[in-house]
Amino acid sequence: MAQTAIGPSEEYNYEIVKKFTILALLWGVVGMGVGLYIAAELTWPFLNFNIPEITFGRLRPVHTTLVIFGFGGNALFATSYYIVQRTAQTRLYSDMLSNFTFWGWNLALVLGAVGYMSGITQSREYAEFEWPVDLLIAVVWVAYFWIYVQTLRRRSQPHIYVANWFFMAFILATALLHIFNNLAMPVGLLTWKSYSLFAGVQDAMTQWWYGHNAVGFFLTAAFLGMMYYFVPKQAGRPVYSYRLSIIHFWALVFLYMWAGAHHLHWTALPDWTSTLAATFSILLLMPSWGGMINGIMTLSGAWEKLRTDPIMLFLIVSLAFYGMSTFEGPMMSLKSVNALSHYTDWTIGHVHSGALGWVAMITFGSLYHMVPRLWDTRLYSTRLVYAHFFLASIGIVLYITAMWVAGIGQGLLLRAFDEYGNLAYTFVESVAFLHMPYMVRAIGGGFFLAGVLVMVYNFAATIILAKREEAAIEAKIAAKMAKAS
Amino acid sequence: MKHESIETNSGLLIVLTLVVISIGGLVEIVPLFYIDETVEKVQKEITTAEGETRMVEAVRPYTPLELRGRDIYQREGCYLCHSQMVRPFRDEDLRYGHYSLAAESKYNHPFQWGSKRTGPDLARVGGKYSNEWHVQHLIAPRSVVPESIMPNYPWLLENDLNYASIRARMRALKAVGVPYSETQAEYETNVERFGKEVARMLDINRAEQNLVAEAQREDFDGKPGRITEMEALVAYLQVLGTMVDFSEYEEGYFAEFR
Repeated sequence: MAQTAIGPSEEYNYEIVKKFTILALLWGVVGMGVGLYIAAELTWPFLNFNIPEITFGRLRPVHTTLVIFGFGGNALFATSYYIVQRTAQTRLYSDMLSNFTFWGWNLALVLGAVGYMSGITQSREYAEFEWPVDLLIAVVWVAYFWIYVQTLRRRSQPHIYVANWFFMAFILATALLHIFNNLAMPVGLLTWKSYSLFAGVQDAMTQWWYGHNAVGFFLTAAFLGMMYYFVPKQAGRPVYSYRLSIIHFWALVFLYMWAGAHHLHWTALPDWTSTLAATFSILLLMPSWGGMINGIMTLSGAWEKLRTDPIMLFLIVSLAFYGMSTFEGPMMSLKSVNALSHYTDWTIGHVHSGALGWVAMITFGSLYHMVPRLWDTRLYSTRLVYAHFFLASIGIVLYITAMWVAGIGQGLLLRAFDEYGNLAYTFVESVAFLHMPYMVRAIGGGFFLAGVLVMVYNFAATIILAKREEAAIEAKIAAKMAKAS
Repeated sequence: MKHESIETNSGLLIVLTLVVISIGGLVEIVPLFYIDETVEKVQKEITTAEGETRMVEAVRPYTPLELRGRDIYQREGCYLCHSQMVRPFRDEDLRYGHYSLAAESKYNHPFQWGSKRTGPDLARVGGKYSNEWHVQHLIAPRSVVPESIMPNYPWLLENDLNYASIRARMRALKAVGVPYSETQAEYETNVERFGKEVARMLDINRAEQNLVAEAQREDFDGKPGRITEMEALVAYLQVLGTMVDFSEYEEGYFAEFR
């Protein structure tokens, strides 16, 4: 590399992207490790060990928080900061503010996880953070928004690239959801405890409006932003259809916000609300598949890359899982299907086909593309990428099939009647039935985590390699300089 | 307008996105606060000390002891495996009882409907088992239900209940709309709404006194001299689903609200 040219690593703020990437990996390992442990607790309850801090009820939010907001959140910060710089062709706005988002976000995660283990929780799924942490997150999020807007305003292109629309929608929607779902009255300014502003049916509606759109915007729109940058980049081809991206963007962000109440079918929520939600959930299939088609068809004409490029495998398989779980979702939002699936492990399986199959796989693909570029080197091992891909795929398949068996099985057992019209099974008989599927699920989770560990090893080796190369080049330059003088 | 004008203007992109993402929530959430049928009217008849009968509200806020029990229920993450929402299906009716009403969780900040049944629904668990059963089941679930996969909660019986902050808790709930009383006028209103016996329990000024008295009277944890966390949790479990006596209503009455 010529000394005079300014490389991308100096023009852009790559330091912040690197930091978020490393934290995404760290939280990924911890969060998935906790997930594996609680899966084992459900299989062998002695693993709760009578220790309050590690009982299932306290660890489950640690798992969900660390994988969604730790692994997913840090990966989104990393990739969105990378993508906005690359597509706007300008340096990220304010190093100080972006560092604040890094420390603030990760402090919130630590406080949240330690808090849950000590019993500090709002008991709102995926929004368990108590009010002081919620305030911290709100401030971080405003900073994130401001950085994003200011960077976009400094772009050297007239157009805002499609990936940034999705990131912007994700930032705005998450702010809206976070603020309204966490309205609460603290017991005192020096306590962690608070009570939610809303009660009962209104509270339930607000929570699932939040909960579903945490999936819709945090785990979907934002990761579509990731997809719209890394799939075309890795494929070396433009996005399949510009028109489709416009249509499916607006349809997706509009429709998602209506779907939350399908988590409350057959409850005390009024029928009109849940019917409306079911209708919009079915409509949602179209923009979801629009995104999937746009991503997969980007590879049209270059399909052979699937045979030679394992990173492409991750990206395309993630889109296939995205398509599958966005078909399964609308189906489960039908009231008749939901009557069976709700409250069972089918829901857990559905979430994981999205979370492992789509969110995690697109992230892995994106990180494999991004990490060598961040550290200005090549990937340590392509064969390990293949190993990771197969470990992850086997893990997902075991996981979701086990949960289908568990969920549909339990649903059927609980609604079975004998010839006299009495219940055929007690509740606990359905629990006993879950033992085998739970074991298979834990094994599946183990495979998936093993794959992540392979990736972490691969990245560690890559970074060490990069450092060594850099040192070698510097030594060479120093030697030349010494000779010249 | 061409889409290009949105793509080249970050301000316009932000404003339009905000408008588009706000509509769904506004249409589905806001009316729930204004449509009266959303939460059912549930009244019951009581006989006052003076011997007259009158109608009062059936669903009441939690007593101080029940409230602390509910806090512990939240702390331990019970909602992650137990729902509190019986759906209108025959199997659930046989297994748990009458489907849940919106009114039954109208004072629940936050709601505890749950999303997963790794264990059974608890919306109507109150009165189904004895206090002794609950204590034993919470300490060692597999000693009463061998196939259970629930964790043991032995510390509930070891920890003394901390109720130092009970007034602050009730005041916070009062601030979000739960009718706990602090002034004489508020107390009188509660007597009108819930009857004297309940109104006394909702008086913030008598919170500690009420909590101790209820614990001593019922002795939920089987430890007469002490008030443990178990005491509060069992008190809470035993009230779940018991406030509305469904035998008093005509069939189809509650269907009108759905």
